[in-house]
Amino acid sequence: MMVTRGFTGRRPPPERAGRIPPGQHETFDFPVLSAGPTPKVDLASWSFLLREGPRPLRRWNWEEFNALPRTTMTVDIHCVTAWSKLGTQWEGVLVDDIFAAAGVIQPDGTLPTEWTLAHTVDGYSANVPTGDLTGGKAMVALLYDGQPLAPDHGGPARLLVPHLYFWKSAKWVNGLQFIPRDTGGFWELRGYHMRGDPWQEQRFTND
Amino acid sequence: MTAERSAWYEAVVEEIRPLTPSVRSVRLRPSRPVSSLPGQHVDVRLTAPDGYTAVRSYSICSAPPTAAAPWIELAVERLHDGEVSPWFHDVAARGDTVELRGPATTHFVWQSERDGSTLLIGGGSGVAPFMSMARHRATLADGAVPLPRMLLLVSARAWDEVIFREELLAQERAQPGFRLVLAITRGAGDPAAPRGADYTRRIDEGVLQDVLALLEVSPGGTMTTFVCGNNGFVNAVTDTLLSLGVQSASIRTERYGE
Repeated sequence: MMVTRGFTGRRPPPERAGRIPPGQHETFDFPVLSAGPTPKVDLASWSFLLREGPRPLRRWNWEEFNALPRTTMTVDIHCVTAWSKLGTQWEGVLVDDIFAAAGVIQPDGTLPTEWTLAHTVDGYSANVPTGDLTGGKAMVALLYDGQPLAPDHGGPARLLVPHLYFWKSAKWVNGLQFIPRDTGGFWELRGYHMRGDPWQEQRFTND
Repeated sequence: MTAERSAWYEAVVEEIRPLTPSVRSVRLRPSRPVSSLPGQHVDVRLTAPDGYTAVRSYSICSAPPTAAAPWIELAVERLHDGEVSPWFHDVAARGDTVELRGPATTHFVWQSERDGSTLLIGGGSGVAPFMSMARHRATLADGAVPLPRMLLLVSARAWDEVIFREELLAQERAQPGFRLVLAITRGAGDPAAPRGADYTRRIDEGVLQDVLALLEVSPGGTMTTFVCGNNGFVNAVTDTLLSLGVQSASIRTERYGE
């Protein structure tokens, strides 16, 4: 271990320390990071498309999507730029409920493919193993802290996969696509890890 | 591609110098050869005696390292509630060792052959990655290949808060096709300086119209815009650029703060 001369640091209280993955620190703001301008999304033309490869399976407009079963989640989130924010509150539609509404879950519980790409209104994408989206682990979030999700934070709808680094929780999400093999999305093709588990520090491609 | 996990490596503080009242340049000499692309960032790790560590990301402001200049330079702004930046301002001295990881990611990177006419817009310490791009362009400008134009628009509160001001003014004089435009939001700049601020207001539609005209992008020509600063600054600038008809997909952003 290389100790930095004169550095003491600021430790989180012990009751929170166990919730902060290695190499992360707690923030009380909600920092905004994105690859380009914040898109202005028109709800009248917004839709959410579920597809398998190129084949559309089901499309919902804004009203229809909002009528799907709603779930709330209070979770810790972890950004790859090393901040973590604890106890964030979200409301939205579980990915399980999206898949159920589309009728894509086989009687034995299997899904069309093992891999999924999340797509967004501005043409970005993020790959997530399908198993990381199901079992109540992930949702398409519509509200943050009880309020409609702000555009800077991905509104009107963002994917929320809180157990993976936060870039996987794609902002401005408007579709999920089952894909036959794991294919990198926008950030994964630019140096970030294919899965992104913060507890294993899977930050960059080879981590 | 190697299958090696992105590893921490040591780097020795070689030089520290003030850039502005709140920003210091920290020049680090890595313990092993490091390559970088202009615009990338590195993670810096400090370790306390009990093993507690703190990690923060900083944009690299030096040009990609070479045998003659094998260092990585960071511009560290003192954050009043910071954990890592106060160490660089109050404790760090020549000869101290820190650890670095990366650089590893390639979105906010300038590529002369890809990006065409390049507009760089930095607010406050957001100028750091653009310093790397400008310095890199200067090394390319020695060659015979014509380079795309680069215009750097910097917004700062005061003349003395323009990070790398003298070097950027010198780059502008020395580097064909590189232009610096300064917008100072408080005060009129230094009346004694041979070249004062170009604007004494925030970056607004008029300023952006002017710099787009100065860049002289030919119809159908390639243009890329990089914007770096706090989130409010980046939103204000990118919203105005979009309203002026700049294509969203040609704008790359790097933000900090909420």
